[in-house]
Amino acid sequence: MSDSAAKLHIEQTAALSYRAAFMLILKRDITLAFRHKDDVINPILFFVIVITLFPLGIGPDANILSRIAPGIIWVAALLSTLLSLDRLFKSDYNDGSLEQMLLSPHPIFILVLAKIFAHWLLTGLPLIFIAPLLAVLLHLNENSYGALMLTLLLGTPILSLIGAIGVALTVGIKKGGVLLSLLILPLYIPVLIFATSAIDTAAMNLPFTGQLAIIGALFFSTLTLAPFAVSSALKVSTN
Amino acid sequence: MWKWLHPYAKPETTYHLTGKFIPWFAILSVILMSIGIVWALLFSPADYQQGDSFRIFYIHVPSATLSMGIYVGMAIAALCSIVWQLRLADASAAAMAPIGAVFTFISLVTGAAWGKPMWGTWWIWDARLTSQLILLFLFLGVIALHNAFEDKVMAGKAAGILTLVGVINIPIIKYSVEWWNTLHQGATVSKMGKPSMTLEMLWPFIFSYMGFIFLIVTITCIRFRTEILARNGMRQWVREIAIKEGS
Repeated sequence: MSDSAAKLHIEQTAALSYRAAFMLILKRDITLAFRHKDDVINPILFFVIVITLFPLGIGPDANILSRIAPGIIWVAALLSTLLSLDRLFKSDYNDGSLEQMLLSPHPIFILVLAKIFAHWLLTGLPLIFIAPLLAVLLHLNENSYGALMLTLLLGTPILSLIGAIGVALTVGIKKGGVLLSLLILPLYIPVLIFATSAIDTAAMNLPFTGQLAIIGALFFSTLTLAPFAVSSALKVSTN
Repeated sequence: MWKWLHPYAKPETTYHLTGKFIPWFAILSVILMSIGIVWALLFSPADYQQGDSFRIFYIHVPSATLSMGIYVGMAIAALCSIVWQLRLADASAAAMAPIGAVFTFISLVTGAAWGKPMWGTWWIWDARLTSQLILLFLFLGVIALHNAFEDKVMAGKAAGILTLVGVINIPIIKYSVEWWNTLHQGATVSKMGKPSMTLEMLWPFIFSYMGFIFLIVTITCIRFRTEILARNGMRQWVREIAIKEGS
């Protein structure tokens, strides 16, 4: 590449708008994920298997199952998100492309947000589609389906956002998997509490907008704050 | 205004300064704690409802409240290290994390020992107990992250970020747990209200509380000095100390 062409190239990439940069990373991550379909499908299979284990362990009594269904579904969602989090930065860290992204002229905030959004599209969104099916298996109260979908819709992005902080901190460590769960699971507790209580409240035919509003508040505060923590953690990890 | 602080950014100066402080803090802690504990166990009146088992209060409450305080202290140190890049702030946060975990554990164990005769059970999913348990997990997470890195500077930075994330989350977790508990349990468990304390109970409590504070400060100073030595092992002044103390 000649000098002038290189210069032009640099100018072009620098001129990439925030939105274009966001879309570029998003498209790249989704394409990569579809090349390794197992990575997308396995956490979902895990979610399904964990949920089928509970009736086997507890017994097929419909009353007990419908009572504990919200908790089981949400705990399984937390665990399957945890399993899939490793994919978020690991391969990019190993082949060095993460470092290149951090060096790019665009704010890391945008890049991190795009990666997290891609992660949610590939792990959080499928859960929302499968959850009602599993809720049928667990005899979830009929009134609760709306609440289940809404809490998953608002709550799973929080799981991806908070989880990204933990992954960014542990990406440089060889055996980060177990450590990641120790760091992240305590931080998931508020989401779990409010989501399950919203579903429980809906089962009693009471309004659950209060819990939803709190989950929404948690979502927006993690959406604005977590990318900063992620980007500073990535700077530490890539050194 | 900052001028008098500058010398203490140098590890050697801080090492010697804390070395001078440690005996004083240790003596203060021993005096205050022995006065407080002896007064509390032997001379202060027994609670009219709970009898003598109430006396574990003098150990339980200081360790419980101070464990939270240690986390805040760690978060302040982490903030200083991230904002002003103070290496020593990292060392102090690393020194505080295990102490905090131990005091959280002490508060849980003494709480269980107190709960058995009072509530008839070692553990209930009460809001305070649960949030204290989660605090223990947060401490253990910070320690685990610290140990996972070979490089201490990186470890300090990573643990610092986690501490700050945790300190934002602590109030959220605390309130959500409180809310969760009131929703699930109602008033079936008669929770002990805050005992209105007479002065005879308050004074030994203040003594033992202050004693606990100085105990924590003393242990923090000792661990802080060890951290400084571990991080500066290649420096000349550390070698001189090693030769002097070793011979």
